[in-house]
Amino acid sequence: MHDRDQDIIVCRCEDLTLADIRALIQKGYRTLDEIRRISRCGMGPCQGRTCRALVQRELQASGINIKDQVPGVFRPPTKPVTLGSIAEGAGRRSDHA
Amino acid sequence: MRKSAEVVIIGGGVIGTAIAYNLARQGCTDIVVLEKEYLASGSTGRCGAGVRQQWGTEMNLRMSIASVKMFETMNEDLDYDGDIEFKQGGYLLLAYTEAGWRQFNENVALQKSFGLDVRLCTPAEARQIVPHLNTEGLIGATFNQTDGHCNPFHVTDAYAKAAKRLGVEICTYTEVTGIRRDKNRVVGVETNKGFIATEKVVNAAGGYSSVIAEMAGITIPTYPERHQILVTEPVAPLQNPMVMSFHHHIYCQQTPHGSFIMGLGDPTEQPGFNTRATWQFLEEMSQKITWLLPPLKGIRVVRQWAGLYNMTPDRTPILGSVPELLGYQMAVGFSGHGFMLAPMTGLLLSQSILGLPTSLPIEKMDLGRFERGELFNEPSVV
Ligand SMILES: Cc1cc2nc3c(=O)[nH]c(=O)nc-3n(C[C@H](O)[C@H](O)[C@H](O)COP(=O)(O)OP(=O)(O)OC[C@H]3O[C@@H](n4cnc5c(N)ncnc54)[C@H](O)[C@@H]3O)c2cc1C
Repeated sequence: MHDRDQDIIVCRCEDLTLADIRALIQKGYRTLDEIRRISRCGMGPCQGRTCRALVQRELQASGINIKDQVPGVFRPPTKPVTLGSIAEGAGRRSDHA
Repeated sequence: MRKSAEVVIIGGGVIGTAIAYNLARQGCTDIVVLEKEYLASGSTGRCGAGVRQQWGTEMNLRMSIASVKMFETMNEDLDYDGDIEFKQGGYLLLAYTEAGWRQFNENVALQKSFGLDVRLCTPAEARQIVPHLNTEGLIGATFNQTDGHCNPFHVTDAYAKAAKRLGVEICTYTEVTGIRRDKNRVVGVETNKGFIATEKVVNAAGGYSSVIAEMAGITIPTYPERHQILVTEPVAPLQNPMVMSFHHHIYCQQTPHGSFIMGLGDPTEQPGFNTRATWQFLEEMSQKITWLLPPLKGIRVVRQWAGLYNMTPDRTPILGSVPELLGYQMAVGFSGHGFMLAPMTGLLLSQSILGLPTSLPIEKMDLGRFERGELFNEPSVV
């Protein structure tokens, strides 16, 4: 059976489809954090900006009460920055100190 | 949640689930694992995912060598529906001082005596292994090919699933609030969801090990210590081995997924449960790593976080029972290397709990060693 869910991308960074997310919920991963950690969903460069709401909607649709779930921590940096520019910035500041 | 169990395991990290699986595999299936959040939510899910055998003391060496053998066949042994992503790209350890180099020479002699195929390298040889390594100031290195990386979420998931199939009950979002004892034996465990009667309790609570021990009326010399870490975006394969420098307190490895994971130990960090991430870490890490491995300059950081090491005074875990409380066992104090020791720890603890002969002399790693003064004093910890 070809499932439309296999064509719908939920997490662009990690290439996860709606079918992938539904399968994980089916298997018993019942919070955003659990899904994140098993599949890397939401852990790519976008920091979950696209997929987070979509996964939450799927959790809710499967009858899981997401109101009681602590929202995942937004981990810095909020926007991906290169190691080189962080190192350079730090070096400049200590030069002036 | 059941009202009674033969064994209650406190902690749903890699250690607790590995113990549960090993017990169940040997026929002891009336087990409950209690986890206050979700599986791998503690140190396990925050760790550097490194697997190393190049240790400087006997028991860390024997435990890690045996554990690597178990990682090698874990997907099949646990009949896992995913992949634990075990990769043996080696560990390259760097020495920058004469004292560090002498220590490495001693370590290698000891490691070889336990059968590890490890070698000493000149800076030029180190560069053959990691061509983009900056060898400025480097005296020498050691390399062991069978060290590497493994996915901690998946290993925990694999143990948990295999344990569940054998009948183990895993209760997440269930917090242990007390341990009930009758004189010198355990009679049960109190949780926020009710009481479980049991004669056997296992402390596998990671950074919280001393809190759980306290509940049982036992004092252990473990303490939590924050360690910070970051991950980059995935990029094309660039670096096979983990690169580690005790002198700079850093380690850095590319995962099979393509991202680089790197961490930094802060020797001035005070004991405590704080797991906040800081910009100071981000800056220091970036400066040190772009100096050591220059091509990493162009790679973007996507996330930083922190977790707890559970430290002991000799940086070696505390395993097994204690004479003063019957039915209490522990696997704690992994001092930053509990993920890589988990497979063997699971086996040893199950043997100890079932009263069977243990595959390694677990009694050497008991709590009593601190009183006897028989410490290991592991030199090789970041
Ligand atoms: C930044 C960092 C990098 C690391 N890098 C490596 C590495 O490269 N290689 C390596 O081998 N090791 C590494 N480690 C160490 C490794 O993470 C730990 O040694 C290992 O995960 C310990 O596993 P555990 O199951 O004992 O602890 P945890 O994973 O912390 O599990 C204990 C569990 O107990 C639960 N718990 C606590 N109190 C209670 C309670 N009252 N009731 C119920 N549940 C409770 C916690 O929620 C937690 O999930 C690193 C650690 C950190 C922080």
